[in-house]
Amino acid sequence: MIRFENICRDFKVGDEIVHALKDVNQHIEAGEYASIMGPSGSGKSTLLNVLGLLDTPSSGRYWLNGRDVSELTDDELAATRQKFIGFVFQSFHLIQRMTALENVELPMVLAGVAPAERRDRASQMLCKTGLEDRMTHRPDQLSGGQRQRVAIARSIVMEPKILLADEPTGNLDSQSGKEVLDILEGLHAEGLTLILVTHDPVIGQRSHLHLRMTDGVIHAERRHQQRLPGDDSHAPA
Amino acid sequence: MRLLDRNQMALTAVVRYPLRSSMLLVAIAIGVAAVLVLTALGEGARLYVTSQFNSLGTHLLFVAPGKNEVGGLGGIAGSLGGSPRPFTLDDVRALGRSPYIATTTPMVMGTANINYQGLERDISVLGTTHTMKRLFDYELNSGRFLPELDLDNATPMCVIGDTIARELFGNAEPVGKWVRMGDRRVRVIGALSQGGQTGGHDLDEAVFVPIAFAMQIYDTESVQRMMVETTSAESMVKAKKDILDIIKARHFGHEDITVMDQGTILDTFNKIFLVLTSTLAGIAAISLAVAGTLIMNVMLVAVSQRTAEIGLLKALGARRGQIIGLFLTGATMLSLLGAVVGVLVGYACIELLRQVYPLIDFRAPDWAVISAVLMALASGLLFGIMPARRAADLDPVEALAGH
Repeated sequence: MIRFENICRDFKVGDEIVHALKDVNQHIEAGEYASIMGPSGSGKSTLLNVLGLLDTPSSGRYWLNGRDVSELTDDELAATRQKFIGFVFQSFHLIQRMTALENVELPMVLAGVAPAERRDRASQMLCKTGLEDRMTHRPDQLSGGQRQRVAIARSIVMEPKILLADEPTGNLDSQSGKEVLDILEGLHAEGLTLILVTHDPVIGQRSHLHLRMTDGVIHAERRHQQRLPGDDSHAPA
Repeated sequence: MRLLDRNQMALTAVVRYPLRSSMLLVAIAIGVAAVLVLTALGEGARLYVTSQFNSLGTHLLFVAPGKNEVGGLGGIAGSLGGSPRPFTLDDVRALGRSPYIATTTPMVMGTANINYQGLERDISVLGTTHTMKRLFDYELNSGRFLPELDLDNATPMCVIGDTIARELFGNAEPVGKWVRMGDRRVRVIGALSQGGQTGGHDLDEAVFVPIAFAMQIYDTESVQRMMVETTSAESMVKAKKDILDIIKARHFGHEDITVMDQGTILDTFNKIFLVLTSTLAGIAAISLAVAGTLIMNVMLVAVSQRTAEIGLLKALGARRGQIIGLFLTGATMLSLLGAVVGVLVGYACIELLRQVYPLIDFRAPDWAVISAVLMALASGLLFGIMPARRAADLDPVEALAGH
């Protein structure tokens, strides 16, 4: 599903060039549950932005779904994001003047989906994230956990293949964080490729593909076998 | 993205800055209203002059001394500088012999000081003949208009306008009184009713005297203008030819007068007023261009305050064109709304003008209304492009971070 070949991303800060990503080679399968961890400034957000086509690598090749996306134009990148990728942000990025339902409808508004269908799909997604009684509330009338659940509903309403979450629980208390994580993992269980950036080692432990970054390099990679309930045969010794 | 959705998104964004947006609306509205009001003034003046000429009847010729090949108003303008050969009362008398000419009304105009028992004021003097009343259909409060006199008869008599009558005589009867006009004593034989203007003269402020008397006062032997009433509309061409022939014969072969019919004069006036009205419209339109910079300001602020939202839209798959469209729609909506308000305000002002000056038919021409609205829209689009492009060019990562 995702293949990075010698991906570099350089930023110019003043006179200095910062290498946020150095020659990253990585492969992520469809349906995988990956976590990216590392100290601040290690390049994990840049990695996520490049993965999500919000940022373009300075050099290297990026195959998404079998297609080389390194040379796409801005509009082609936007179209690819719309079709394949959902985003969940640490700070939710909900539009304050819109209700939960309208926020979830927004990607479909941009895609030109008819209003009636939009409403249906958006309310289905809000039900799925447990917000059926909060649809007409605005973000400032919702708790942090509820806001993030609205954002998750918005990220999956276009039925993407990949869900990218940048510290989705970073602004939440542990109880709401757990609920949000449960929803994300539930979506992964339904077949979505889930990639999240996190500081939380517990989340890191739960993922199947664990990427640890320092100074723009992925230097540790640990694969867990997918653990199914009641199946301990693959448990590490 | 559906049109309705785009409009709604653009509108909600505009509503978020009520103060800025309403100031912008005011600016555009003033521009549009100014175009409407100024063109209504120009158009009102044109319609007024036109109706004045039309009220004179249909078979009039206008004669002025001096030859101007260009024709039109040039003849009148030339007459102000005087003509080398005077257009005398004898010439007028000679013209009266043409079978196609019903009446001749020569005129000499000037200003003078009028004085009655210590009260005095400046007036405009119109030396003419009894036929003037026939052409303009004057009404009198008391007394009578200039009687039918020989052209050379310089009897000191006058007919005074209503304002002059009230200022000099109060409620007393002016007819029969002697007033002093310059160094001459003149008897008042009539007082006009209050009302309006004719041929560009304010009747209430005018004093009519026999033409020979006016010529004495102003020490001239030349008629300044003359109106000729032909016997019928059909005889206009023949009358015109007669006038030119007679004058040429009397002036030793020089055709040194200009003869115009109403159509020519009206055409000329129409052209002049069209230029005047367009100029006024152009000046007012400048304010619309100024309002355009306000549109740019409002849209730039909107872009910078909505950076994170633009980043989000991009992450959600918004194309460049969609974001440009969103901001251009906002700018267009603001300018359209401003234009609508401006048209309403403009029409209200024009209505007010009509109430205050009921004589003049003030109305904004359709072309002015349409072009003012289009101009407002164009400045919205034009000045909205730069901010819209700036929004579309934002880097999604930095925009999401709110930079």
